[in-house]
Parts: sequence; structure tokens; C-alpha cells
Amino acid sequence: MALTEHIIMRELEVPTIADFNVYLQHEGYTAWRKALAELAPGDIVKMVRDAGLRGRGGAGFPTGVKWGFLPKDVKPRYLLCNCDESEPGTFNNHQIIDRNPHQLIEGVIISAYAIESNTAYIYARGEFATAAHTLEQGIAQAYAAGLLGKNILGSGYDLDVYVHRGAGAYICGEETALMESLEGKIGQPRLKPPFPAVEGLYGKPTIINNVETLANVPRIVLKGVDWYRSFGTEKSPGTKVFSLCGHVNKPGNYELPFGLPLRELIYSPEYGGGMTDDRPVKIIVPGGASAPWLTGEQLDLTLDYEALAAAGSMLGSGGVIVLNDTVSAPHVAYKMDEFFKHESCGKCTPCREGTHWLVKVLHRMTEEGHAHPEDIPVLHSIYNQMAGNCFCLLGESAVMPIKSALALFPEEFERLLPAGMNGRTNGKHVIELQQA
Amino acid sequence: MSEVNIIIDGVQISVPANTNVVDAARMAGIAIPVFCYHPRMKAVGMCRMCLVAVGTPRIDRETRQPVRDVEGKSVIAMMPKLQTACTTRVSEGMVVYTTTDEVKYAQNGVLEFLLTSHPLDCPVCDKGGECPLQNLTMEWGPAVSRFDYTDKVHFEKPIPLGDLIYLDRERCILCGRCVRFQDEIADDPVLGFDSRGRSWHIISKSDPPFDSKFSGNTTDICPVGALTSADFRFKARVWEVQSVPSICMLCPVGCNTTLDMRHNKLMRVMPRENAAVNDIWICDKGRFGHRFIESTDRLTTPLVRRDGALVPASWQEALGLVAEKFAAIQSAAGGAALGGLAGDHLANEDLFIFQRLFREVLNSNNLDYRTGTPGEPTPDDAGAQFGVGTGTNLMELGAGTTVLVVGPTRKKKHHSICCGCEPLRSGGASCLLPMPAQPNLTARQRGGCTIAPRRKSSLCAVCCGWCGTRSAARTCHSAPLVLPN
Ligand SMILES: Cc1cc2nc3c(=O)[nH]c(=O)nc-3n(C[C@H](O)[C@H](O)[C@H](O)COP(=O)(O)O)c2cc1C
Ligand code: SF4
Ligand code: SF4
Ligand code: FES
Repeated sequence: MALTEHIIMRELEVPTIADFNVYLQHEGYTAWRKALAELAPGDIVKMVRDAGLRGRGGAGFPTGVKWGFLPKDVKPRYLLCNCDESEPGTFNNHQIIDRNPHQLIEGVIISAYAIESNTAYIYARGEFATAAHTLEQGIAQAYAAGLLGKNILGSGYDLDVYVHRGAGAYICGEETALMESLEGKIGQPRLKPPFPAVEGLYGKPTIINNVETLANVPRIVLKGVDWYRSFGTEKSPGTKVFSLCGHVNKPGNYELPFGLPLRELIYSPEYGGGMTDDRPVKIIVPGGASAPWLTGEQLDLTLDYEALAAAGSMLGSGGVIVLNDTVSAPHVAYKMDEFFKHESCGKCTPCREGTHWLVKVLHRMTEEGHAHPEDIPVLHSIYNQMAGNCFCLLGESAVMPIKSALALFPEEFERLLPAGMNGRTNGKHVIELQQA
Repeated sequence: MSEVNIIIDGVQISVPANTNVVDAARMAGIAIPVFCYHPRMKAVGMCRMCLVAVGTPRIDRETRQPVRDVEGKSVIAMMPKLQTACTTRVSEGMVVYTTTDEVKYAQNGVLEFLLTSHPLDCPVCDKGGECPLQNLTMEWGPAVSRFDYTDKVHFEKPIPLGDLIYLDRERCILCGRCVRFQDEIADDPVLGFDSRGRSWHIISKSDPPFDSKFSGNTTDICPVGALTSADFRFKARVWEVQSVPSICMLCPVGCNTTLDMRHNKLMRVMPRENAAVNDIWICDKGRFGHRFIESTDRLTTPLVRRDGALVPASWQEALGLVAEKFAAIQSAAGGAALGGLAGDHLANEDLFIFQRLFREVLNSNNLDYRTGTPGEPTPDDAGAQFGVGTGTNLMELGAGTTVLVVGPTRKKKHHSICCGCEPLRSGGASCLLPMPAQPNLTARQRGGCTIAPRRKSSLCAVCCGWCGTRSAARTCHSAPLVLPN
């Protein structure tokens, strides 16, 4: 059942909401005016906590709780909006900025006020040139309307918001790598602790949130906690913009309340509209390439943090990749791990060398057709040697495609080992020993 | 500092709070393998070699007291993932396991990963024989390679990183020690990384490349043969050399060194640890400035003048002649007729013997070693009057001390003391390195001071005068000191 009222994708009700004036006519910046007039920063933190808003960047961490980790009285503090959106299969942040940019800008402003920060940065991935431009324009309009800048609306509160474009690295979406990159350094994750809330950008307390997370904030502040909690489930309140892609008839972004079954997202005419050529679902990667795989048997799982975690996967970024029975599982694993290998920053050994080796083995199995007999146990060793041992979650994520593929479709890997193979390889480097 | 009690592999030990688990284990006689960690630098947790299982006493949420089992022992909650021992600080009641199957699997795994990208050219590698990668592989690594040799990554074999140091990117295991040494210890942040993933590699960021007077130290701490010195490359296998302890005489610091000799020829100079002088470092002048020893212009035997010409003689003959002449002068005119001029590059030990010879054997107090114009105060005078005395431990100077390093320049920052400045500063000392004003120097590198070129004598004169008028010669004086031309 489609939402009659959207929290994020409000362009479905008001098609031109991207326009500043149209946004103003539809409660635009009312939440910000209300916050400045009636709410202390702590009130907003409490509202966001009570609403149960959870981070949309991947981990689903409760946003209000995170805001509460800031040490008292340490200033300056920074708010960072993570718009690096590079997770394969995830493309909702870009659309939010494209179609409803002012709601994000208002969210950034209110959130900065809530955490008592006077400087906020929106970090956009390098490829997001148009999105960065849209944001810069929107921010300029907000400044011109006195909604940003010095002494906002006579309140005495100052805030500057900057848009920074990265250079196109997936790792710069990782919160501490993003900070390094923003500081002008090579984009690599930092050792934690200290956590960003204590020592983040320029060594100062910093809150970092995803675009969609922050875009929720104006609606929570304006319409209230109870209204927000009327969407979704008890533990996963609100809605989520799912990016649906793969072998579905209507790929795209769809905003659903948490808790609807995967089947509805894929098959409902309002959303995915079914599988292309009516072929069966083989693989579902429900939370971007970093999420463990599900299969066509699991279509009744509901789309919320708890249900997917209980099924051994995760909701992650909400990028749902659906693949039909024409794909080869080893090949999908190869493609996904090729991505992680390409994006590995190189800082830690298991990820740098592990992804490199994984891809070498998968490439010779799937692309060159000359697997070694011991390749399957080697693949198992490689991901096991990586799992839990990497410096950041990128390396841990690279484990998921290969581990899932081997667990769910082992026979497809075995089929790649040609029958009767009796040398170390079946092709390139074989030297047959002559029997005496 | 307070102590905490921990148990590592069943060994109970009490270590200072703040110790990391690698160092704590070492104190308990247990080795945890490391690559990126170096005890002189901040732990970064990059190589993942030191993974161990760590648990801490479970704390009751309500009472905030440790939960105890029926026997009254505190219940240990193991952390869900293995932890890098180098970045984990000890805490009271911590339990560490370094040899469980899980730990062994992880450590073996990290070594196997490192070796997949390693060329394994040990037979032609200068590090062979003193290589941590070789040693740790023997102890913790896999016996066979499962990685297809034809899949190895290749880079152009050694490229000069600077004039003195070669980089072999195939061998580099990307531990970052060299980069961090330049940042944290040498205070010449001239190395860095470029690119990412398996293409991540070390680069020099300076012009001229690897512009640092301490570059040789990176070859010591590089845990593989990725950094080798132009001086020692392919000169000898390290197991063929005999190490002779020595002292560097190229500057007044007197860093402790070893001379590595092969067939009685000097192959290389290495730092010898002395916590009170040079710690484990030496500068490039001390390390590489030794080829003069083999100069063909040098005298190799004593010469004695006979009939107006210098002719080679034996040591016994030459020393006998000197002793004879000294004795003759002494008996004829007394010890005061003799004087000794010692070279100012001699080691303290040599000078000590030298003055004893004159004062005690020849009865002469006529001794000198100075260079410069008589009457003008020289840096040596400053040293004599206010410098370090016997028993001073340079590395222990902490809060409340000011160290004035006279005469360094960016190009000629030749004292290992400069190398020690970072540790001294972190210990709370102020370090002043007055240098002639130069572009591209940070205020910290200048130590907050600027002096006019060639005015270090004047600086010393001022300082001597200033210290002389105040008995409190050790008073802190950290305000920027700028001398007029
Ligand atoms: C490799 C990697 C890439 C990530 N990329 C993104 C990203 O593109 N956008 C994002 O919001 N979070 C990303 N994250 C998660 C962030 O580290 C961080 O948890 C998030 O921005 C927090 O925001 P939230 O609390 O609103 O979810 C990434 C994490 C990892 C480990
Ligand atoms: S060159 Fe040596 S010290 Fe530097 S990163 Fe590579 S292995 Fe480490
Ligand atoms: S600082 Fe350099 S030249 Fe001076 S004694 Fe030490 S190693 Fe030798
Ligand atoms: S030694 Fe601890 S991670 Fe490298």
C-alpha cells in the first residue's frame, strides 16, 4: 500500500518542491522558524531521540543517541552531512538533493542548531557535480532569506553551511576517512577511538549523518514525534527511501514505511512492478553491496532493521539489488568484490591484499575459465582471514559477496572446476609430467 | 605512574597504566608479532599483524562492580573481535591470549596476505638475515605459498627515493614506519603515500627528493628490504659482518654507533642504542660520512723524518721516538714546556686519555682543542660553561627545561639532538633551534627563533652573557628570540 503522505519524497505530492518558493509555500523552513522560536537545542535532540530516527547511512544507529554523545561545552563543533553515496545499488541521496533539496538544507540547519554547531559541511562525492551545484544554489537562497548566516532571524545564532566535493572515492563515505578528506588529506579511515563525537573534524567534536537521516529532521520537528512514529515499526519508525535496481520492471527510488515485505517492494505495481520477463528471483542484496545476500525464498522478510538482521543480512543503505536466475553467483561475487578491491584504500593488510587475491582467483574462475583445483578452499580461507580483522568496515564488507555466494550457491563454484582436471591448472600454466 | 594487573597467556604481570598490549606482553616475556608498530612512534594499527584475543572484567551495569563467579573470580567478557595489541591499552584485570587457534589463524592469515604481494627475492635482498618479515614468517607464517606466483604485482625495481635511499615498491609492505619516522621523529615530513589499494606506495614529497638529514634511519626501521641505502646496497651479507662498537666523532653529540666490518673493511655504520645520547638513531652524516676512511690519500703507516725526508716506520718505532723526545724535553725544561693540541672531533674517551697523558704522565697543563679566534666566544665556550655536564641524560630532559640547539640550519640540521627534539618536546621541554630565516620552514621547525646567517657566535655571546648574569642558567626561556643583524 503506497504512502499517501511522504516524509522525504514530497515531490510526489508537490512536484515542484525543489523550487525555493514552492518549498516555502509548503511548510518550507517552518520547522526551522519553529525551532528557533520555541525550541532549545536540547529539545530537538530529545525529539529526534524520541522519534526513534535511525541513521540511514548504513548502520542504523539512533540519531538522537549519537547527538547525545557530544562532550558538553567543547566548542567549536561540526556537523557533517555525508553525501558520498557510493555504495553499489544506492542512489537515493542524489535524488533527494535533485528533487527536494531544501528539505535537506533545512535538516542540516536544524541539526546544526540542535548540536550547537556554527559550521556544517555537506560532503558530496566527486561525481555529484550537479547535486553540489543544486545545494550551493539552495544554500545561497537560504542565506539571502536570512535563514542562514549571522544572527539568523534575529536569534543571535550564527551558522555557515559549506558544500565540499570529494574526488570520487567510496572510502570517503566512511565517517573518519571523510574527515581526513575534508581536511585535505588522503582519504583513509582513522583509528577509533577517539570517536568523531569526541574528536572528529580538526580534532573537534563532530556529528556526521547521512543525507536521508538529516532530511527527516524538519518533518519530525514540525509534525511531532507521534506523527513520525505512526509510520514504520516500533523499533524502526518512519519511512525509508529504498533504491531498487536489478532485474525488476521498474527500478527506482521508492519511499516505504519500514516493515513492508520485500515481496511488496519488488512486485507491487506501485513499486518494482515485478521481475523482468517474469523470471524468478535468485539473489537479493538488500542493503547495498555490503549486505549479505538473501534468496528468492526470502521474499516475505520485512524491510526493517530487525527482520533483516535476524535473517543474517542487513538493511544497510537501503539499496536493494534484485537479480534473476540468469546470473551466475560467482560472477556476481566477482563483480562486487572487484568494486571493493578497486575502492580499498590500502591502509590495512587484510583488505588491501585480501580483496586483491579474491579478485585474482574469481577472475580466473569466472572470466578466464581456468580455475585451480584448490580455488574453492582458497576462497574460503581468504574471506575468513579478512573477516573481523580489517581496519574499517570496507574490508569487512568485501567478505559478504564471496561468503554469501559460496554459502548459497556452492555448486556453481564447483561447476567452474572442469571435470577431469588433474594438473595444478586446466589451462595456461600446465606442464604435464610424463609417466615413465 | 599507577600500575595495572593483567594476565597474558596465563602470566600475571603488573605494568604501568597506559602501556599497550604489545609492550606489556614483552615485559611478560611474550612476543606479539608486529610490523607497523614501532615503540618510538604512535601506534596506528594498520598492518593487523598483532591481532590478539582480549577480554576485560564484566562490569555490572547497576552496581558498577565487576561481576564475580561462584569462586569469587571476576567474570571476563571477551571482545567479539580480535584486537590489535599495538593500539589496545592495558586496563585493570585485562586478560589477553596470544596463542589461541583464532589468533594463530589471524596472524598466519595476515602474514600470508603480506607475502602474496611480496616478491620473495630474499637471496638478492640486503635485508636478508636481519629481516622482520623473514623472521616473523618463520615463527608465525605459513610454510607454503598458495598465491599463484604469476599473479604477483610488479613495480619497477628499486627507484631512488633520494640521493641516499632506494625504494623497492614490490618489497614494501606499506607499514608506514618510514613516513611516520619522518613526521614524528625527524620532524622533516618529506615522505608520504600516493594512490590507494594495492597501488598505494611511498613517495617523496620534497624537492630535492627525500630531503632529510636523518633519512638513513628509515632503512633501519623498515621491516623489509624496501628501503636500502645507496651506501650499503650489495656491499655485504649481514651475517658476514662483525660489529664493532664505536662512537661517532663528526659532531659534539657523540652518537653511539657500531661499525660493521667485513674482512676488516668498514661496510656500514649503524646506530647503537644509548638512551642517554642518541636513543636508536643517527644522522646521515654519521651513517654515510665514512668513505674517507678508505681514501688513498690517507696515511696508513707512521712516517718518521730521517735525513730530511719522511719515511715509513712501524708504530713501535714511531711511538718510541715520540716518547723519547717528550722525555728529553721534560727532563730538560719541565712539563710546562710541553703542550697538547687535540682535534675537536675526538671522542670524550680519547680526550680523557689524552689529558691524562699530559697532566699525569708529562706533568703539563697546556691543553687545548678550540678552533676560532682567541678572545671571541665560540659555541664551544658556551658548551663548556653552560652545556651538558657529566651524567646529563638528554632524553630525560622534560618539563621545565629549555634546550637551545645552536647553529642548525634546515640543510645542516646535523645533530641527533634535533632528532631527539620531538621526544623532548612531548616530554614538556622547550626546544629552541635558532636558524637563519628560511622560506618553507614552519615556526615549529624553526623552534620559534630566527637568527641572522653566520651570527651564531654573537648568539652565543649574548646567551653566555645572559646566563652569566643570572645564576639560574636553567630558567625557562621559550619566548621567540630574534637577534639583530
Ligand atoms: C566504506 C564505507 C562507506 C560508507 N559510505 C557512506 C556513504 O556514502 N554515505 C553515508 O551516509 N554513510 C556511509 N557510510 C557510513 C558512515 O561511516 C557513517 O556511519 C554514516 O554516515 C553515519 O550517518 P547516519 O548515522 O546518518 O547513518 C560508509 C561506511 C563505510 C564503512
Ligand atoms: S618502505 Fe619500509 S618502512 Fe616504509 S612503508 Fe614500506 S615497508 Fe614500511
Ligand atoms: S649527530 Fe650525527 S654526526 Fe653528530 S655524533 Fe650523532 S651521528 Fe654523529
Ligand atoms: S603492529 Fe599492530 S597493527 Fe601493525
